[in-house]
Amino acid sequence: MKDFAFRVLSLLVLYLALAALAALLIDVAVDGSSRLSWDFIRGFPSRRASAAGIWPALAGSILVIGVTAALAVPVGVAAAIYLEEYGSRSRLARIIELNITNLAAVPSIIYGLLGLGLFVRMMALGRSVLAGGATLALLALPVIILSTREALRAVPKSLREGSYALGATRWQTIWHQVLPVAMPGILTGIILALSRAIGETAPLITIGAVTFVSFAPDGLWSPFTVLPIQIFNWVSRPQPEFQVNAAAGIIVLLAVLLTMNGVAVVLRDRLQKRTQA
Amino acid sequence: MSSIVRPAVSVNVRPAAEEESRPERTATIAADRLNFYYGAKRALHDITLGIQPHVVTAFIGPSGCGKSTFLRTLNRMNDIIPGTRVEGRVAIDGQNIYAPGVDVVDLRRRVGMVFQKSNPFPKSIFDNVAYGLRINDMVRTTSDLAARVEESLRQAALWDEVKDRLHESALALSGGQQQRLCIARALAVRPAILLMDEPASALDPIATQRIEELIYDLKRSYTIVIVTHNMQQAARVSDDTAFFWLGRLVEFDRTDRIFTAPAEKLTEDYVTGRFG
Repeated sequence: MKDFAFRVLSLLVLYLALAALAALLIDVAVDGSSRLSWDFIRGFPSRRASAAGIWPALAGSILVIGVTAALAVPVGVAAAIYLEEYGSRSRLARIIELNITNLAAVPSIIYGLLGLGLFVRMMALGRSVLAGGATLALLALPVIILSTREALRAVPKSLREGSYALGATRWQTIWHQVLPVAMPGILTGIILALSRAIGETAPLITIGAVTFVSFAPDGLWSPFTVLPIQIFNWVSRPQPEFQVNAAAGIIVLLAVLLTMNGVAVVLRDRLQKRTQA
Repeated sequence: MSSIVRPAVSVNVRPAAEEESRPERTATIAADRLNFYYGAKRALHDITLGIQPHVVTAFIGPSGCGKSTFLRTLNRMNDIIPGTRVEGRVAIDGQNIYAPGVDVVDLRRRVGMVFQKSNPFPKSIFDNVAYGLRINDMVRTTSDLAARVEESLRQAALWDEVKDRLHESALALSGGQQQRLCIARALAVRPAILLMDEPASALDPIATQRIEELIYDLKRSYTIVIVTHNMQQAARVSDDTAFFWLGRLVEFDRTDRIFTAPAEKLTEDYVTGRFG
């Protein structure tokens, strides 16, 4: 009886959460779909809502997230390999571990302040795509490190032993046996981190991403804006036409996110098939 | 049940005087006052024992007696467990493997290991056997590689069962086949010594029998050390037997003597099934 009650309760909570999500998506789709068109995607911002497009923000988001991935993925995975496979179980290692966990929970605007001080001012990258991507990389790093370590830890000990017993070095064992098995888990972590990064607004506003850009970024040194900032900009306009633009912008942002996740799922399934078939 | 163990037939009968000093003769593996610690816990106490070339030596004893730990000190497999420490020495062909500057990678290539639970890599059957050859750069051409893989699979009595599906996943094999694949994988790098940690404990009787027959065949070419908790198995496959108890080596002698006329009361109690 208790079991049954718990089951019903769990199901209710699940449906409630799903319903909230569905309501949100349907609302956005209803509001925004009328505005969604090729012209909207390829268009530039304008004072007239009906002429405004999202291209600079879309291109900015893709570029920035590309920079983020290029910086955060190799550094994060390498750091996790070091901590998990090479680092000793010393006191220092435990303190580092604890701090990485804490970093994952730090509010994103703090990363924005760090990015402003470190990348924009000290390293004089300016308010560029590079500075934005680097700032978001800081944000993504702890998540990538934590999930990669988790994935590495889940690789059975017997696999490592089997490799060592054949005269493999530590690096050969990691490269040939551990990483391929851990890869699906690592990919999941990367996607989670990048998905969080692509939706970030606060740190990018802090480092000075512009809110009205009439040109697409033409390189890593270019000023930029990103989708969430563009959406925020439209939402804050008083004219109702801009609200419709914001809804359409959200659809574009979701489409980018789902594409990223989709690619990751396909990659993960292929890897899993290769290692488990 | 265990008291009706049939003693293994000893083929080569040696003079009694020689038997007494046997462990000290030209042993392939010689442990000398070996102590082992997991953190502060001492798992092995002053183990001194010599293992002969081209015989099968069995380690028996109740769970937690240190037999597996000792086996793993012979290829320094315990090195990868943090917080462990070794005192004393283990010499293989006269060279102390715990001396500074010893190449552990090279050691593990000379001293192969098969584990209790078969642990094939999540790769194809071929790639499993080829792995050790590839990482150690032991073959020059792909045809050499294929030849060595076939040779190893034949030695492990697995070739006929898998020759038509070498490039299928090793995980699709049965438990017994997986374990023989792990043996083939270990043989591929041509070790001199093969350590087996309860290699048949997770297998059904038929698969176990195949592994035991394999051990019998392999001893012509390899020095084999096998840990087992199955005393019938020790009696069937081994020439020498060492009995461990609470981290100490209680008795080490020819297998038939351990099972029929042990010197120690403790050994007798164990092999007759009075405890353990």
